[in-house]
Amino acid sequence: MKRLLFLLPVLGFIGLIAVFGVGLTKDPSLLPSQLIDRPLPEFALPGIEATPGGGPGFASAALKGEPMLLNIFASWCAACPQEHPVLTDIAAQGVPIYGLAWKDKPEDSRNWLSRWGNPYKAVAADEPGRTAIDLGVTGVPETFVVDKAGRVRFKQIGPITPEDWQLRIKPLLDQLRAEA
Amino acid sequence: MLPEIGHFALILALIVAIAQSVVPMVGAVRGDFALMSFGRTSAQVQAVLVAIAFAMLMASFAAADFSVALVANNSSLDQPLAYRLAATWGNHEGSMLLWVLILVIFGAGIGAFGGNLRPSLQARVLSIQAMITVFFLAFALFTSNPFARLFPAPLEGAELNPLLQDPGLVFHPPLLYLGYVGFSVTFSFAVAALLEGRADAAWARWMRPWVLAAWVPLTLGITLGSFWAYYELGWGGWWFWDPVENASLMPWLLGTALLHSAIVTEKRQALAGWTILLAILAFSLSLIGTFLVRSGILTSVHAFAVDPERGVFILGMIIGSTGAALALFAFRAPLLRSGALFSGISREAGLTLNNLFLMAITAVVFLGTFYPVIMEAVSTDKISVGPPYYNLVFVPLSVPLLLLVTVGPMLAWKRDSLSAVAPKLRWLMLAMLVIFAGLTAWLGLAHAASAFGFALAFWLIAGGVMVLIRRWRGPNGFNPRLIRTTPPAVIGMALAHAALGVLIVGISAMSSMAAEKTLVMRPGETVAVGPLTVQFQSLREVRGPNYVALQARFETSRNGGTPETLVSERRLYQNSRNQTTEAGIGVSPFGNSYIAIGESQQGPAGDGLVVRAYWHPLVGWIWFGGLLMALGGAASLADRRYRIGAPSRIPSQPAAPPVAGPVADGVPAE
Amino acid sequence: MKRLILLLALIAASLAAPALAVLPDEILADPALEARARLISKDLRCVVCQNQSIDDSDAPLARDLRIVVREQITMGRTDAQTMDYVVERYGNFVLLKPPLEAATIALWAGPFAFLLIGAAGLIWWRRRAAPPEADALADAPLSPEEARALTDLTGPPA
Repeated sequence: MKRLLFLLPVLGFIGLIAVFGVGLTKDPSLLPSQLIDRPLPEFALPGIEATPGGGPGFASAALKGEPMLLNIFASWCAACPQEHPVLTDIAAQGVPIYGLAWKDKPEDSRNWLSRWGNPYKAVAADEPGRTAIDLGVTGVPETFVVDKAGRVRFKQIGPITPEDWQLRIKPLLDQLRAEA
Repeated sequence: MLPEIGHFALILALIVAIAQSVVPMVGAVRGDFALMSFGRTSAQVQAVLVAIAFAMLMASFAAADFSVALVANNSSLDQPLAYRLAATWGNHEGSMLLWVLILVIFGAGIGAFGGNLRPSLQARVLSIQAMITVFFLAFALFTSNPFARLFPAPLEGAELNPLLQDPGLVFHPPLLYLGYVGFSVTFSFAVAALLEGRADAAWARWMRPWVLAAWVPLTLGITLGSFWAYYELGWGGWWFWDPVENASLMPWLLGTALLHSAIVTEKRQALAGWTILLAILAFSLSLIGTFLVRSGILTSVHAFAVDPERGVFILGMIIGSTGAALALFAFRAPLLRSGALFSGISREAGLTLNNLFLMAITAVVFLGTFYPVIMEAVSTDKISVGPPYYNLVFVPLSVPLLLLVTVGPMLAWKRDSLSAVAPKLRWLMLAMLVIFAGLTAWLGLAHAASAFGFALAFWLIAGGVMVLIRRWRGPNGFNPRLIRTTPPAVIGMALAHAALGVLIVGISAMSSMAAEKTLVMRPGETVAVGPLTVQFQSLREVRGPNYVALQARFETSRNGGTPETLVSERRLYQNSRNQTTEAGIGVSPFGNSYIAIGESQQGPAGDGLVVRAYWHPLVGWIWFGGLLMALGGAASLADRRYRIGAPSRIPSQPAAPPVAGPVADGVPAE
Repeated sequence: MKRLILLLALIAASLAAPALAVLPDEILADPALEARARLISKDLRCVVCQNQSIDDSDAPLARDLRIVVREQITMGRTDAQTMDYVVERYGNFVLLKPPLEAATIALWAGPFAFLLIGAAGLIWWRRRAAPPEADALADAPLSPEEARALTDLTGPPA
């Protein structure tokens, strides 16, 4: 019995080291999405056109029927230009991508898109940032993979690299298309 | 040229350390005096070599040698000299070198001051110390080389983070490292005792000064860190339960337990296993703290270089040292001779409870810091632990311990009884309850918790004073002979315990009685904050050595007393495009006025400046308490009784050999 | 004054501003509601910061969340409902006070359990080690003569 007591510290230590070892493989700043397997929150946002009111934009109701991507971007985002060529590529392959401009003036978004290209089927502006909060956005760029029923199935935090596309997102989209 | 000399010195030091890990240990096992005394010489050689390396790095910083990558990343031409020098340890690689420097200096200290130690014990301690040094030197040389060169050398460096360009950087890290690394000595002592199979009074007596030598700087370092955060970060907080802050608090808590547990082992040969375990854990928590700060496993405002690779190396070090020590503990500690018995009500019992409570409190901080990591490893849910948790768990567990602090010194060794102790504390307890009730009535029920804090502080301060009064009072009033012959360690204890009370006064006041106002102000306007009247006087631009700043002047007066001028700045450091807030702080024993300025905004009367004005009652008592505690510890360290065996100048009086029993003093033990 | 505003704008535009928290234009008119908002904000983590609450942080997302909290309170939601609103979107990570659930029992109860088990262990070990025998002679208080003799020898008791 006494022996057992003296063994406790080293046993506890072994457990702790195992936890630390696992912890080293994770990134503490990545926040898992609360929306996985849940429908997109409802929203209807204006667009970024030069007309007063910004034009039609899109609503959450439009984001269903086929698997698609919802990409959150901003003109002040340092990593978004990195991601843009990959997005253009994805759009060229026929995947619909909807763009949400977060905390941006419409003219800044327009200028940015004309400079870097526009892969989006439609663009909406969330200047106050409320819809982004509903989506649980913590930074840009972030991308949601939405299925036919309008449910979120995956969230990519940070720019989509070609590897992310090939290894994770493309197979997921194929799987979602095969679903009922 | 200089950096290469430094690099070479480090490599040599590593070789010497490897030798020192093996040779004295072999000597101790074989009883070979020559091999055992090798440890003392090699320890000094190591100290010289690492000192050379550190000096070379510092010289590179002083000369702004941008061909050294570290200097290029942490210094710039217009950075003031003091911060160019302090930048030596204001980064990961340099701070690791500082860690190693202190490690070898302490090692040389064991060699130099351990004259009356059993040679076999000293040799083992030096070997283990050298093993730790090997780990850290290898870490520095192979993953964090401070002497890495940059080619081609840039013409100007990226300056040190402006938040670090502060006198705090000169003192805070060195003091903390003295603490963290100081516990390596007690760790070595503990492991050596396990290897020898003996943890007797002589061993405990020899360890005690080293515990204090680590504990005092750590207390100062934590106090300074809290103070620095208060005036630098711009909103007057003094403790944030940040993972890195916790990483400094945990070794401190266990170090305090170790200090007290060692007393019992020394006087009564009891709690030896517990003392050894605490010594191992205190240093292990220092190592785990290092792991936390440098591996990226947790986010923190303090985080250094975030590098999982380094994290793996440090984890390896921890397994090698803590893992080995705890395994050794599991098999050898049960074999240690059990100590003298003591009654359920006695000084030893009180100190045992002290150990238990401090370990529970350390568990609070540990769980709070690491639970998110644990959760992440075993589930997909991600949680976080912040100040609300600590406030709910840390405080209730501390209160019984703080009550015990005053009771403990009143208890006799071996056997005492409640009926003997109660009369000594009766009036104190009554006074405490009266103060609690009175303050609650005066301040209001909303401040009942603060009132209790003040009452508790009284209990602690009066308790410390009472220890001294009881000691000094003879049958005919205060006896000057008794006052003169009081050992410094007794004064140290009374001071440190009372200092806890001083600390709690500050904490209690800040927890519910601070006042704050945030508003837009134009020059000429006045606002009232608590007892303060603050008038915004002027706004202008100023220039510093490496920054431009917006400077606002305020005139504050408390309860209509004499006004004082406070200057608050927002600085922009052009080199790094970083900005800092320098708050205007008015200091008084009753509290601080604290004013920070923000950006311009539209106010009710037009363009104005965001001003945050605070009243922080009695906040200075927090750091004053920390300072007094460190002073108490230093007084204990100065006590000659712990340095028995130091070479004596009087030839006719030979140094007393360490006795393996309770000290037979005429005066009662502290 | 204009040049100073310009300087301020320059300072504001640069990176890494130190935390300055609630701005005057966020403060609610009703002090009771504002006090509630501050308390709730203190318990919500700023998820894009290094270990700060949204009350302490000046990150744009923290400001947005502060405004969201104030909106919810002004709409009449309770503290718990407001917290749930944010947790629904960002998960338990945003709570600075970890939830009390099966997974976090060890966190909340662990230290108390350690204390209780430790204390119980000590008591059990003492009972086992040495049954306390009433030593009447040793426990009896000293007589006045004995007490005086002791004081003469050793000085007053500590």
